[in-house]
Amino acid sequence: MAYIEVKEGVPGIRSLFQFSPETGKPLCELAEVLLRGPSPLSSAERELVAAYVSRLNGCMFCMNSHAAAARHLFDEEKQVVDELLHDQNAESLSPKLKALLHIAGKVQGNGKSVTPDDIENARKTGANDTDIHDTVLIAASFSMFNRYVDGLASFTPTGEAAYEEMGKRMGQKGYHI
Amino acid sequence: MKKWEKGWDKKDITFKKEKMAFIDLQNELPGIRGPMIYRPETGTILNDLAEVLLHDEDNTLSRGDREMIGAYTSYLNDCFFCQNVHGAMAQHYFQCDMQFIDNIKKDFLSADISEKLKSLLSIAGSVQKGGRFVTAEQIEEAKKLGATDREIHDTVLIAAAFCMYNRYVDGLNTWAPTDRQVYIDRAPMRAREGYSQLGLTK
Repeated sequence: MAYIEVKEGVPGIRSLFQFSPETGKPLCELAEVLLRGPSPLSSAERELVAAYVSRLNGCMFCMNSHAAAARHLFDEEKQVVDELLHDQNAESLSPKLKALLHIAGKVQGNGKSVTPDDIENARKTGANDTDIHDTVLIAASFSMFNRYVDGLASFTPTGEAAYEEMGKRMGQKGYHI
Repeated sequence: MKKWEKGWDKKDITFKKEKMAFIDLQNELPGIRGPMIYRPETGTILNDLAEVLLHDEDNTLSRGDREMIGAYTSYLNDCFFCQNVHGAMAQHYFQCDMQFIDNIKKDFLSADISEKLKSLLSIAGSVQKGGRFVTAEQIEEAKKLGATDREIHDTVLIAAAFCMYNRYVDGLNTWAPTDRQVYIDRAPMRAREGYSQLGLTK
């Protein structure tokens, strides 16, 4: 049971967007521009960062839904998603993505734990300023989304089928309200 | 628009010292303003969110209470820029001195604030640790003290949002003026204009 009165059966953050459309609007816009807007990182890579940070925060709803979106977007290479969720140094990840995920993991702890070496290592793999900016803000924003979803104890569906459908829709339609 | 037009005085830059952001933000503005201007696509939305959470008049929580929740969360995240910007905003709305705000940050239970605000700050403190740290007992206590669902929702989202803003500011190693008076001097203007009026031109 959620801590506040939201519509029963509506999963996770969607029940909160319905409860508070005033805040839902900028939050959806933020997800849309961060995960689907112009960026040197592909949408699939950005969804992967989102799923990874959500896993570190222990937010099952966000992890499962964004992992499902990433699987949909990676398509034939979707095994990379499950490999990452089991091992952050998975062989199938590009060195650049590995370095950016490392930064995202630091941001999840606290912004201050990112070091000049973390940034330098990412640059050596070809990451530019915008790659780094977007990675930091995606990781920071999921440190918000995860807390919003779990801090109000919103409904978290169980079972893969629910998330597969959700991920497909997120992959195809994005985050427009 | 000139870079300094929106309130940061050129003298503030003397506080910049040696600190360099991790990426070339192509502007000299402090704290979150730097990356917001670097990436206005997201900067505009982040300001819209701050406006509805902190400044919108259609809210039963006072602007001072909402700013205090933001300042307290930023204090727990040890984000100097955000805790001073929003601490100064709360100070402006509460019409109190800096010591009063600092006392709330350090020990809100002993501060001279309402029991209801204390219960909301306690929820914000749990959100800062992680969403799952919020307990049913904390929510029940806040409701007993008169907090509505809407107020609990906003408290959780403000605390969560500051867990983002703080990480954005510090994760990119942005600089912040060290003189705390600078933040206090700017608060009346921000209170007047709100957050969505922040110009994001370079």
